[in-house]
Amino acid sequence: MTTVAQAENQTPAARPATSGIPFTRLLQVEFRKSYDTRSSFWLLFAIGAIVLVAELIAAIVTAVNDVDDVDFGTFAAVAGFVTQLLLPVLGIMVVTSEWTQRTAMVTFALEPRRARVIWAKLGVGLVWTAFTVVFALVMGVIFNLLYGAISGNTAWSGGAGVVGFVITQAVAMLIGFAFAALTLSTPAAIVIYFAYLFAVPTVLGIGSALMDWFDSFAQWINFSEAQQPLYDGFWSMSGGEWGKLIVSGLLWLALPLALGLRRIMRAEVK
Amino acid sequence: MIKVEGLTRTYGAYTAVDDVTFTCEPGRVTGFLGPNGAGKSTTMRIIVGLTPPTSGRATIKGVDYHDLPNPGRMVGVLLDASAQHGGRTGREILTLGALTMGLPMSRVDEMLRLVSLSPSEAKRRVKNYSLGMKQRLGIAHALLGDPEILILDEPANGLDPAGIRWMRGLLKSYADRGGTVLLSSHLLHEVELIADEMILIGRGKILAQGDRAALLAHNTAAVETLATSLDNDALAAALTAKGIGVVPAGEGLRITAEAVEVGRTALEHQIVLTDLRSGDGGLEELFLQLTADTQREGVVA
Repeated sequence: MTTVAQAENQTPAARPATSGIPFTRLLQVEFRKSYDTRSSFWLLFAIGAIVLVAELIAAIVTAVNDVDDVDFGTFAAVAGFVTQLLLPVLGIMVVTSEWTQRTAMVTFALEPRRARVIWAKLGVGLVWTAFTVVFALVMGVIFNLLYGAISGNTAWSGGAGVVGFVITQAVAMLIGFAFAALTLSTPAAIVIYFAYLFAVPTVLGIGSALMDWFDSFAQWINFSEAQQPLYDGFWSMSGGEWGKLIVSGLLWLALPLALGLRRIMRAEVK
Repeated sequence: MIKVEGLTRTYGAYTAVDDVTFTCEPGRVTGFLGPNGAGKSTTMRIIVGLTPPTSGRATIKGVDYHDLPNPGRMVGVLLDASAQHGGRTGREILTLGALTMGLPMSRVDEMLRLVSLSPSEAKRRVKNYSLGMKQRLGIAHALLGDPEILILDEPANGLDPAGIRWMRGLLKSYADRGGTVLLSSHLLHEVELIADEMILIGRGKILAQGDRAALLAHNTAAVETLATSLDNDALAAALTAKGIGVVPAGEGLRITAEAVEVGRTALEHQIVLTDLRSGDGGLEELFLQLTADTQREGVVA
């Protein structure tokens, strides 16, 4: 047992008290955890690759069909449509991998203030969202230039929605994150997210078409609809549009996130 | 020092941990012993704040685990060696731990060496590890922050005999340097050899606790000696004459008395003893007796 003696020659009982774990360190650790496994690495890789392919297809289709009103906004929108589907999956995986792999036992034993770990994870989700958005916008610029070189017509309009674009992408990721915190299960969170994205607007739309009174009500709970004005110009949104955005956001984002956090704080980790 | 006071945890009508109170002192290895499902793991999870208790309290050096600023530097925890992301390498898992606790990366290599995980093994993904390797990695993770308290749930599980022996030496020297160790097991022999103090638990309740001598004193009726002599019949007759119970057992006799009494009787009657030892039933007998009504197998005859 000489190795023991060498490695551990210090008396275990005689060490100065250490200070707490700074939030930046938690952020660093959680960031590393978001790409250090094969599955998480390939998810990130897939997001980049799918954005690239989608832009390529969009450029080819518009060039071949000789569409006139192609501008920067067109390419940004293509990237945005793809990332809106993939970023929530990232947000979900950041949370649920701790539960499916039971690493939460280790994570929360090292930092028993669980909320700090969750906020760090949320921060990591936002960091990846930022990377993704920048990547999507750069792709938009490149393909817009390529398209311009081919068609001889480069239009930079459609950039007004960039702020809105950033917000909606972050919101998409956060909703996935919130549903994941609520369910602690990857498949359940993904199903709920897609239900929210596709089924809810359809159902609300049908309700609105059938009942006049429902339409005015639905506007306040249809979060994806309420985010549309962001694209048309963040700075020119009306008070009513802001109101609907905030109310529906509280329902679809703040509420599940709060409930999910409460669940994680109280959950028995085993 | 770990202090557990009146700890209770219920799940609906089921009580997993029932009013458990004990203390783990520095410089001692405390063995937490009980059959499967006795409440050992639940108690340990409550101590490290992963399971909220229904009532009662557990503290580390007088402080609630949740209030330890950087708990990994104070308490080394291994609750389940399999609770790691199978896609990470052994080295990556230790690196994440070291990063969280704010330790230099050299600590990772030190720990890998300490638990004898080779560099090539450390590069493999944990899903390809044997249980024994996972256990070694878990012990490395627990010791990473150079803690003064260790909480290990069934650490010997999956280790080979040499590994168990290695761990025994590791924990012994750790305690000798002033560390506090709480380890659980459902195997008496595993704990008996390392633990200075033993806590017997069954169905969530503490059945007995104390050091080896105290536990055996608990159980005077069960004192037994095994003896073999050149003339077993004469020895049996002499002991029976003194009112001591004797039963033939294999080659020799099973005697309900201390070894000293058997030796004295043999001397008085000039009988040559060829084997004399205390019946190893002692602790095991006590353990089985105490947990008999909590055993799934019923009474072990």
